[in-house]
Amino acid sequence: MAIRERLSGNEAVSYAIKQINPDVMPAFPITPSTEIPQYVSTYISNGEMDTEFIPVESEHSSMSATIGASAAGARALTATSSCGLALMWEELYVAASNRLPVVLALVNRALSGPININCDHSDSMGARDSGWIQIYAENNQEAYDNFVQAYRISEHKDVLLPVMICQDGFITSHGVENIELLEDEEVKNFVGEFNPEHYLLNTKEAMAVGPYAVSNYYMESKKAQTEAMKNAKQVILDVAEDFAKMSGRSYGFFEEYRLDDAEYAIVIIGSAAGTTKDAIDEMRNEGKKVGLLKIRVFRPFPETEIAEALKHLKGVAILDRTDSFNAHGGPLGSEVTQALFNAKCTMEVRNYIYGLGGRDFKVSDVKKVFEDMEGLVTEGKEVEQYQYIGLRG
Amino acid sequence: MDNKRYNLKEVMSKPERLSPGHRMCAGCGGTIAVRGVLRALHEGDHAVIGNATGCLEVSSYMYPYTAYEDSYIHNAFENAGATMGGVETAFKALKKRGRLKEDFKFITFGGDGGTYDIGFQSLSGAMERGHDMVYVCYDNGAYMNTGIQRSSATPQFADTTTTPVGKESNGKIQYRKDLSAIIAEHKVPYVAQTTFLGNFKDLHTKAERAIYTPGAAFLNIMAPCPRGWRYNTPDIMEICKLAVETCYWPIFEVIDGKWMLSYEPKKKLPIEDFLRPQGRFKHLFKPGNEELIVKFQEEVDRRWEDLLFRCSQE
Repeated sequence: MAIRERLSGNEAVSYAIKQINPDVMPAFPITPSTEIPQYVSTYISNGEMDTEFIPVESEHSSMSATIGASAAGARALTATSSCGLALMWEELYVAASNRLPVVLALVNRALSGPININCDHSDSMGARDSGWIQIYAENNQEAYDNFVQAYRISEHKDVLLPVMICQDGFITSHGVENIELLEDEEVKNFVGEFNPEHYLLNTKEAMAVGPYAVSNYYMESKKAQTEAMKNAKQVILDVAEDFAKMSGRSYGFFEEYRLDDAEYAIVIIGSAAGTTKDAIDEMRNEGKKVGLLKIRVFRPFPETEIAEALKHLKGVAILDRTDSFNAHGGPLGSEVTQALFNAKCTMEVRNYIYGLGGRDFKVSDVKKVFEDMEGLVTEGKEVEQYQYIGLRG
Repeated sequence: MDNKRYNLKEVMSKPERLSPGHRMCAGCGGTIAVRGVLRALHEGDHAVIGNATGCLEVSSYMYPYTAYEDSYIHNAFENAGATMGGVETAFKALKKRGRLKEDFKFITFGGDGGTYDIGFQSLSGAMERGHDMVYVCYDNGAYMNTGIQRSSATPQFADTTTTPVGKESNGKIQYRKDLSAIIAEHKVPYVAQTTFLGNFKDLHTKAERAIYTPGAAFLNIMAPCPRGWRYNTPDIMEICKLAVETCYWPIFEVIDGKWMLSYEPKKKLPIEDFLRPQGRFKHLFKPGNEELIVKFQEEVDRRWEDLLFRCSQE
């Protein structure tokens, strides 16, 4: 029986953590993810779960302790945002290369500077090459559902990679919405027990973790990581299928919204997809053939699937909530463009940067992007390859 | 442990938990420290051993070979405390949930770079939270792994590659940090300072207390580096003895906040005796630099008086 509730994104993820009841959670507070360790600590204090919580002195230590706990044989997790993720950067790579199935609840927030506590994707996009699986949510329901699926993906023997479950700071993390929760037993059975094959606290077999590997060995370890990332694609789909059977809610690598017969589409990640859908509905009423491709899984990057879904379009606008500062676009822009190029697509493609540091992203911004694309295709009106939208006038 | 029962031959005949074949330098103090500490583990007791990045780590766990008989984890340079804290907490969680029956001990090693400097925050956090673990610093007074750069454990006037002696420089300008006292101020149940002396009873006894005292424990072991200190490699035991006899490196324990001197020299030797055999202090013995040795001696005396005062307090 689904439980109907009204929760914020942080509450939803904390509720999933309570239901999973992992072994160890080290964490350090940072806005806007602070509430997650607070809610978990409260659940523990009230005897509703019995995870060992470690109140570490920094995010570098939270990921370090998460790695230690996971290597020891415990199911471990942490939560953070923004500069907290940046501080654990080194450790993100260590977690991935040690093939530790840890989960990180990330609440996306702009990186400093200037210091800013609001949403953008500069934190997780900066960590896109760290070897973590990255799954993004549009709303609190998706954040909850993604979290429930995370350990099944990361602990799968063909994967054994850490997973970052991302949601938008404040917009999703603090916005209270209706949500359908699963029963505790359902979640427990779905996630299952953690039975690692090798771990430090195994009295039958000692194990060493974290070697110095010279050039004779280092490259093979990276190749093994990339193979695991390839394997993750099928596992993500299989887990989503099982999840759909239990919950009735279906997930894939991305969501297509009114895309089938569209001529123009926006590709976007996170909560801004909701705004985009509203704008699309309004424009459809005006007879405009517009649609959306909302990325859920950014790592591994579903390149061929994205190209297949977009190949029929006349124009594609890719919207990034961070800038790569390469002077020609954002990370999503680069990767989707590459996907289209490799699939020999020749439609018009433009890249926009929006919503940095919590800048509002409005229905009117979406409409402007679609108008740009239509003008470009039908009238040859010049549109910059890469531009900021929503700047102060 | 009953001190009277200490028997070097008996202790030395225990199976080694750091196997030969690692790649540490001949005469390395770090290796002696590790073997000395691990010998204090009771036979049959399980342990997880950790390392901060450093000489020890890159030489003892080079893929695909590990020199450790026990389970082992290295994570990075600055987080040996937090990493072992995570392992220890996992142990508590698995015990609590009935997924593990046996007991484990948790011991992690860092050089002075990984301990006094880059890993200081992680160490302080682990000590404050009271993880049931031992953090062992093998203090060789500089970043030896990267080529003898100064650390906050480097003594004043030492010639290092980032405090090179030259026309305008007499080596490191600053005094060394007193990390043992800082960790003692965390009010953890056990802190001790030691080095390699005689039959190793002092090191063995302190390591055993550190390992078998419940809660967080810190062991600071002066571990000379023949390359960085530039003494005649086989003279390591003499160097350690001089460090203690000159009161440069006093040996003591802080048990539940009570400071106790482990050894008081009958006649404190002049600091020159410790400095003279070491190439890193060669410049102090050039004519005209007598005043530098006087300054060095003054600082040793000041710290020794401080320590005597702490140890005299009930």
